[in-house]
Amino acid sequence: MDFATVLQLAGSSLRLATPLLLACLAGLYSERAGIFDIGLEGKMLAAAFAAAAFAAITGSVWIGLLAGIAASSALSLIHGVASITLKGNQLISGVAINFLAAGLTALVGQNWFGLGGQTPQLGPGQRFLAIEWPLADALLPVPVIGPIYRHLISGHNILVYLALLAVPATWWILYRTRFGLRLRAVGENPAAVDTAGISVVRLRYAAVMIAGLLCGIAGAYLSTGMAAGFVREMTAGKGFIALAALIFAKWRPWPALGACLLFGALEAIGIRYQAITIPGLGVVPVQFMQALPYILTVVILAGFVGKAVPPRAGGRPYVKER
Amino acid sequence: MTFGKSLAVAALTMMTAAGAQAQEAANPAVIFDLGGKFDRSFNQASYDGAERFTKETGIAYESFELQNDAQREQALRRFAERGHNPVITNGFSYGSAMETVSQEFPDTDFVVIDTVVEQPNVRSVVFNEHEGSYLVGVLAAMASKTGKVGFVGGMDIPLIQKFACGYVQGVKATNPDAEVFQAMTGTTGAAWNDPVRGGELAKSQIDRGADVVYHAAGGTGIGVLQAAADAGVYGIGVDSNQNYLHPGHVLTSMLKRVDVATYQAMMDVHNGAFTAGVQVLGLKEDGVGWALDENNKDLITPEMQKAADEARAKIISGEILVHDYSTDGACPVS
Repeated sequence: MDFATVLQLAGSSLRLATPLLLACLAGLYSERAGIFDIGLEGKMLAAAFAAAAFAAITGSVWIGLLAGIAASSALSLIHGVASITLKGNQLISGVAINFLAAGLTALVGQNWFGLGGQTPQLGPGQRFLAIEWPLADALLPVPVIGPIYRHLISGHNILVYLALLAVPATWWILYRTRFGLRLRAVGENPAAVDTAGISVVRLRYAAVMIAGLLCGIAGAYLSTGMAAGFVREMTAGKGFIALAALIFAKWRPWPALGACLLFGALEAIGIRYQAITIPGLGVVPVQFMQALPYILTVVILAGFVGKAVPPRAGGRPYVKER
Repeated sequence: MTFGKSLAVAALTMMTAAGAQAQEAANPAVIFDLGGKFDRSFNQASYDGAERFTKETGIAYESFELQNDAQREQALRRFAERGHNPVITNGFSYGSAMETVSQEFPDTDFVVIDTVVEQPNVRSVVFNEHEGSYLVGVLAAMASKTGKVGFVGGMDIPLIQKFACGYVQGVKATNPDAEVFQAMTGTTGAAWNDPVRGGELAKSQIDRGADVVYHAAGGTGIGVLQAAADAGVYGIGVDSNQNYLHPGHVLTSMLKRVDVATYQAMMDVHNGAFTAGVQVLGLKEDGVGWALDENNKDLITPEMQKAADEARAKIISGEILVHDYSTDGACPVS
């Protein structure tokens, strides 16, 4: 494997990791505040549809992005009402959101466009295109740094950079602001937060809505950044992989970046090397390479991660003592 | 009126109603495979054929898009039960379901496209995809400046290997030094409808120097063609004419006339001329070919057209024998 191949693989990993990372951070906010969110998948799917649909109708990818965020936030609000205000079961609400999104996107899509649940193909102005950074080609001859700059750092679309910036931002918000401290506290011991005179309900809603925002960007990235249009079930389990990454990262932002990049890299390797010949062992079948991310998820979650302790108040609706 | 009488009357009314319904339902039915009828490729070709039938005869048809493999037998049986004739299924995966259901309804005419079912009331339509793929392989090799071309398949099955193998043979016959990258999207039905993964597969081949990428991947191929257009290289479409998707960036499309097969089957039943048995449609029967229209006429040079026409003539005359992967599960070149 030469240097150029490594760079191409790294670039591919980054593109594939982006939706996972955004969804993973969305889950992080929500779960750190004590609201389990297995509806990441559904929110991403709804956002992917709304983004592609509105980009196709209005011709602007930015309106598409806003529509995606709006759709995802609407589902977040449903999750919030069900699990915070009505104190319902958070897992059931999340599952319901996944089903709702899978059904609604196909139905509305068919109704609007008559293309079997797909949106029309998006043209150049309706998509997030790769951004070439200044001097990318001019610096290419510089050894090592040139190719890295040209192939790995430059040449992705803006949402990729946004996702990467969201990691330090999340770290700063959670660990360096008053809001973050309270958010973490509300996921561990909401009664203490309540005693301090801070609204548990408002904090949890804020966390759930931030999750909606991030899932919205993740969905828009899928349909208007990576692909050029929406197709049914296009999230293909990414929301669940993001949840696995979140547990793997033990609900912390920087390890979340690492976990998502790892899953992205595994997928990139699976795509690139469909048949690897290992000397002495013969050819590794394609099926194995494609199953690898999932196998690794199981292995990592089963043993290597150590003890992953979720936020203590996670999954439990907060009931004020009377 | 006694209760018994009224019950009998009700039963009679229902029977008449059912009879009328059965007669009404004697129109054709089509079942589309997992890619969906708007995959702009294989299934859409069948859809086009059915639409053409409806336009010409005014007879409506029923259709169903599979959501998962479990629905295959169920959907087929339901259409047969409701008296639709013929019932047409698309996709190689329909073999076993067709085998079962066709025996349950001996009076219904069935058509299965892309696989062979030996039953007295089933017409099996298969195509010589390797011949058409050979021709686009010739064109790809001539259009490529880097000497590297790519292939992205949908589900990893012998049928798709047949496309790949024919393509590689065409490329190598034209440029023996050419390098061909091959990739399959997956091993389940989901591989027909994953444009994100298709785009990433194509991108990885383009990164390695491929400047023509041929896909045989149904809905997944939309992502392949998009990635090729984004990178400023050529894609090659499949099944339907996909040249219009990215004018100037789709070199050509390997046509597989599923539309003709669907249309013809409906017409034959309509005219009372339906025949069961295996139909093999190759270059000679115009069942496969390559698309040349106003979207790609500037991309195909006269030399390319000449080479493709010559290869076509030689395949038809038997001078060039394109190896069929599905006969022995192996490809002589890679």
